[in-house]
Amino acid sequence: MTFLLEPFQFEFFRNGTLAAVFVGGLCGLIGVYIVLRGMSYIGHGLSHAIFGGAVASFVMQINFYIGAGIWGFIAALLINQTVRKTRISADAAIGVITTASFAIGVALISRYRRFTRSFDAALFGNILGVKQADVWIIIGITVLIAIVIFVLYKQMLFTTFDADVAQVYGVRTEWVETAFALILAAAIIVSMQILGVTLVAAALIIPAITARLLTDSFNRMIVISTALGAFSGLIGMFLSFYIDVASGATIVLLQSVFFVVALVFSSWRKQVAQRLIHTHV
Amino acid sequence: MQALIELKQVSFGYSDKLVLEEINLHLHAGQFAALVGPSGAGKTTLLKLILGTLRPTRGDICIDGCVVDSSRKVRVGYVPQLETVDWNFPVTVEQVVLMGCTGNSKFLPWHSPADKHRMHDTLVALGIDALQHRHIRDLSGGQQQRTFLARALMADPDLLILDEPTAGVDLRTAESVLHMLAELNQKGMSILMTTHDLNAAAAHVPWVICLNRTIVAQGVPEEVMTVATLNQTYHGDMMVIRQDGLIIIQERPHSHSRHEVLPNPVPGHAP
Repeated sequence: MTFLLEPFQFEFFRNGTLAAVFVGGLCGLIGVYIVLRGMSYIGHGLSHAIFGGAVASFVMQINFYIGAGIWGFIAALLINQTVRKTRISADAAIGVITTASFAIGVALISRYRRFTRSFDAALFGNILGVKQADVWIIIGITVLIAIVIFVLYKQMLFTTFDADVAQVYGVRTEWVETAFALILAAAIIVSMQILGVTLVAAALIIPAITARLLTDSFNRMIVISTALGAFSGLIGMFLSFYIDVASGATIVLLQSVFFVVALVFSSWRKQVAQRLIHTHV
Repeated sequence: MQALIELKQVSFGYSDKLVLEEINLHLHAGQFAALVGPSGAGKTTLLKLILGTLRPTRGDICIDGCVVDSSRKVRVGYVPQLETVDWNFPVTVEQVVLMGCTGNSKFLPWHSPADKHRMHDTLVALGIDALQHRHIRDLSGGQQQRTFLARALMADPDLLILDEPTAGVDLRTAESVLHMLAELNQKGMSILMTTHDLNAAAAHVPWVICLNRTIVAQGVPEEVMTVATLNQTYHGDMMVIRQDGLIIIQERPHSHSRHEVLPNPVPGHAP
């Protein structure tokens, strides 16, 4: 018991664990929509794009959340509109828009070198630097996003399944797409400090893919992915504390382990099912 | 009579390639029409223009007298080509069918008891109520087609638009789907479908539109299904056999001569 409670003596661990659990759950929840849209690369791309926004916010002395938020939202919208209105594929649109945005960030850093340390934290995550105010922001954003997904659940499901047909049936897909772009940008911004630009994409994708391997039900996929993300955040923080490895990397590595276990389990289940069919034929 | 669907001088192109040119079409309420033509003739594009998911490059499209946009008065049900559906998407028959009433439902994650009751009635009417909780990947071609037809019916449509509802299903299922559409039409629903099955269109659909970038001909099958019209539509060598009131269409094998075969001409049904 002492083993479990000991790390909670430290404020940085309490703040970091709360943040990791909420960020993990949030990424798991949004990841379901990203994976089912076949846009797995967007998390990776958008986190890099938002990095550009974060640097620009520092340079222009604008609040990080506001500056990076607007930047990320515009990048997500640009990607959506480019895919919908041109013949450019999703991966190409993400590649062009987000790397250009990331390049702006790198260019600004090279011009204003005094920000280097802050941007190391943005790139690789700095869970020790999470303050109580950050935890409240993360909880607030998570609750807000959960409410939006709850309210738009049917519309988002139909738009994710087939956006063109959803439009025919009276779903305001342009509003759903805009809301999703906003949600995604907000989720990545609050996750950046915990996981870093380089690992946010993994936290968005791995729990959702793992959940997809375990179920054929959309509702169950949402529950499993969210729970897996939050659970990985919690256990990852403990592991990180005791084995003294960066927390963001530990969380993502733990999620990767769950993914491998799910992969092995689903392959075994498929083999058993096929054997049963052969036995009964 | 005011047209339910009216296209005036409609043209559409993807970048520099013109797919549809100078389309004039007039379909009234209660009509059941089939759009036929070779692959790449612009059939699906024409449906998308009518549905409002594409905008014409030139010309006007009116549905029940109103220019097509997202706020149309006419309720439309749409059954897409089955090959465009993501069959690995984690949804059940029930979830897909209930999508049909998403546009009019409240902002809550669950559907109203009235919608669920209506869904159950629709599934029973189409004979797929036992499949309600099954994943869409685990359905046969006919069951998949009925599932998407059920979704379209959940929108309580005045106009039903189907993109190749008989593609990828066996002969018996195709017949059954067409019978179902004929029954819906008899109840007053307007239907526009595309198909590659000329024989099924000739046998089951009262109005045929031949399309190949532009409208080649339209009318009742007896008038439209002629060698001249079909050759012009398909740029092929078609054979039309008329026997006992039936029209059988076949592309002529290349070695055969180019003559229309008329073993027993039906009086009053000149090709």
